[in-house]
Amino acid sequence: MGTSLGFHIVFAVLGVGVPLLMATAEGIGLWRRDPTWMMLARRWSSAFGILFAVGAVSGTVLSFELGLLWPGFMAFSGSVIGLPFSAEGFAFFLEAIFLGLYLYGWDRLRPFQHWLTGLPVAASGAASSIFVVMANSWMNTPTGFKLVDGRLASVDPLSAAFNPSTPTETIHMLVSAYVVSGFVVAAVYAAGMLRGRGDAFHHRGLLLGMAMAAVAIVLAGITGDNSARFTYGAQPAKFAAMEALYATTRGAPLHIGGIPSDSQGRLLYAIEIPYGLSILAAFDPNAEVRGLDSFPADQRPNTVVVHLSFDTMVGLGIGLGLLAALFWFLVWRSRRVPSNRLVLWCLVAAGPAAVITMEAGWFVTEFGRQPWIVYGIIRTTAAATSAPGLGFVFGAFTAIYIALAFTLVRLLLLLARHDRERPEPKA
Amino acid sequence: MSEADAAAALLWLSLTAYAVLAGADFGGGVWDIFASGPRRRAQRQAVARAMGPVWEANHVWLIFMITGLFTVFPIAFGSLGLALYVPMTIALIGIVLRGAAFAFRAHGRDAVGPLSPWGIVFGGSSVVAPFFLGTAAAAVASGAIRITGGSVVSGFGAGWSTPFAVVVGLLAVALCAYLAAAYLMVETEDDPALQSDFRRRAVIASAVSGVLALLGLWLAYTQTPRVWSDLTGNGLVLLLLALINGPIALWGVWRLHPRVTRIAVAAQVTLVLWAWAVGQWPYLVPPDLTISDAAAPAATVGAWLAVIAVGMLLVIPSLGVLFRVFKARNPAA
Repeated sequence: MGTSLGFHIVFAVLGVGVPLLMATAEGIGLWRRDPTWMMLARRWSSAFGILFAVGAVSGTVLSFELGLLWPGFMAFSGSVIGLPFSAEGFAFFLEAIFLGLYLYGWDRLRPFQHWLTGLPVAASGAASSIFVVMANSWMNTPTGFKLVDGRLASVDPLSAAFNPSTPTETIHMLVSAYVVSGFVVAAVYAAGMLRGRGDAFHHRGLLLGMAMAAVAIVLAGITGDNSARFTYGAQPAKFAAMEALYATTRGAPLHIGGIPSDSQGRLLYAIEIPYGLSILAAFDPNAEVRGLDSFPADQRPNTVVVHLSFDTMVGLGIGLGLLAALFWFLVWRSRRVPSNRLVLWCLVAAGPAAVITMEAGWFVTEFGRQPWIVYGIIRTTAAATSAPGLGFVFGAFTAIYIALAFTLVRLLLLLARHDRERPEPKA
Repeated sequence: MSEADAAAALLWLSLTAYAVLAGADFGGGVWDIFASGPRRRAQRQAVARAMGPVWEANHVWLIFMITGLFTVFPIAFGSLGLALYVPMTIALIGIVLRGAAFAFRAHGRDAVGPLSPWGIVFGGSSVVAPFFLGTAAAAVASGAIRITGGSVVSGFGAGWSTPFAVVVGLLAVALCAYLAAAYLMVETEDDPALQSDFRRRAVIASAVSGVLALLGLWLAYTQTPRVWSDLTGNGLVLLLLALINGPIALWGVWRLHPRVTRIAVAAQVTLVLWAWAVGQWPYLVPPDLTISDAAAPAATVGAWLAVIAVGMLLVIPSLGVLFRVFKARNPAA
């Protein structure tokens, strides 16, 4: 399941961000009657056709795996938190319908109509991500039901969907999706420019990608900060693990980096900023932050994974923000797209770095919740299936994903080459 | 009828939509493998052209059913996930590979041809997925999945590996192929040679599914009395309609009335599914789980119905646009 999610999330975020870029490019193209922008949208659409299909099938795997791998979780929580999944089903429906129109309608619809079909694709992509993350945030802060003798009672699916984590978590995920899409698209065109293809087509691809990335990374920083502060109150064990704080402390310092050692119960080799954590968490230098020692050993998440993932996310996120700032500073100063090779290399690296940042953030929220699948209610082990042969199935899906990823990359490269050799899009 | 019954009926409707729409997409894969004769390439292109814009939307009916099932009938979802772990996992692999292979072929231009590994995967997985979905359906219908005190006690092999289940699996594949051939007869109306290729295929698929259906009924009578008594009990009227409708569909194929055929074949699949559903009512997973036993609390069922109402208001007109743009081709125009 973890593999499927880790794989799917990449397509899911591109499914959120790329349609917006596509629709923007097409919109500018229509507005200015500019064929370069139109060509950009058109090429993205055929690449996106493949991406969406792979995203759709890997998403299908997830919906089945909920039942196949976590029958205990679903039997318990389906009635409480199934609603956002059903709503997501509709969002996905709309996305698939309008994508069909968009991909195959270039020659069948009038240009303005065609552009209109792109908008629901972008909107429902965003809605899907919100609905799915609603379910995930319920796993972090479960509400909307009561437990009476271990059985569900007074189920209120709406309050479960709009649980306390929902606002912070869904928005953070949504803007992160735009961050990843922006940087990944920008990286593709930066790579093209490094190979000497510095035409208007590449410049515009890069500019549009970076425009989305720059706006989104700022929002990701703000919402991420909010999200962490929320976790401080709602999931203290996760927060302690994120910050690798072993002992409950007043005026807790902020630790940057370092390797948590569970056996010694402290963080080794970290940079320490006095009072930093208390200030960030509660705006009060003397605020108390609960440490891992205040939780029984069997209720602590894996500190090493969570802390390092958290620092990776924050570190790379700040790096990406600085890069976006530098990029737009250079654009502003020279009034043109930077052609400095070092900057371009950084932009290329920022594509994968953005994906890693997002995966690290996802690690924080998932591993940080362990050993619970539903925080404080059901343990992960209690929810898993008892079916035999899990190892084999896991191996089979991993192999399939590798084959899919490999083919996908090969085809995208091939499409790009094909397009270059025949620069005019076919009418 | 309670709210839970209404929810079950809606889920069954989405299963029906999945069967008659996405079923044809699987059938397209079948005809991709069996493409033959001088128009082999044109046959494959017709399949790809027909599926391209709609297969993803068709596929969503399945997702919709799965998410609905776990929202409204979480216990059934959990139990089926365990009892049908093996066939569903295999079907899932088939679904994944089919979708990915189709997309690679459709958007990969000439790089991924029909005879490349992905081309073969497309056809192969189009057979595997409906076959195992069919065996899983047979397992549910035959009452082999036993649930005691909320947990499955019949093991991982129950119901889906019997001769009856195998015949139902094959029938599912044959019906998919029949659907596809019938729809493709409409899609190829402006190319009589190609149309007659699909007409021949529809006749073959019709004969094969007819034989398998009768064999399945005989096996139901001799080996799975539960299915027999359901079908000849509450499901009798629908079953008889299916038996009458079958020859009508075949007549439509034979006399080359593609549009009659399209409706009749889709109706055939619908009748079979609803004969099963009505037959086993009020059970969701016979013989231990009824619809009302498995239903989520009333608040959830009500909220789900509301979400469905709002969602369908958005989705149905959109689907209308999609099918009007790509499927309402008027050959005279």
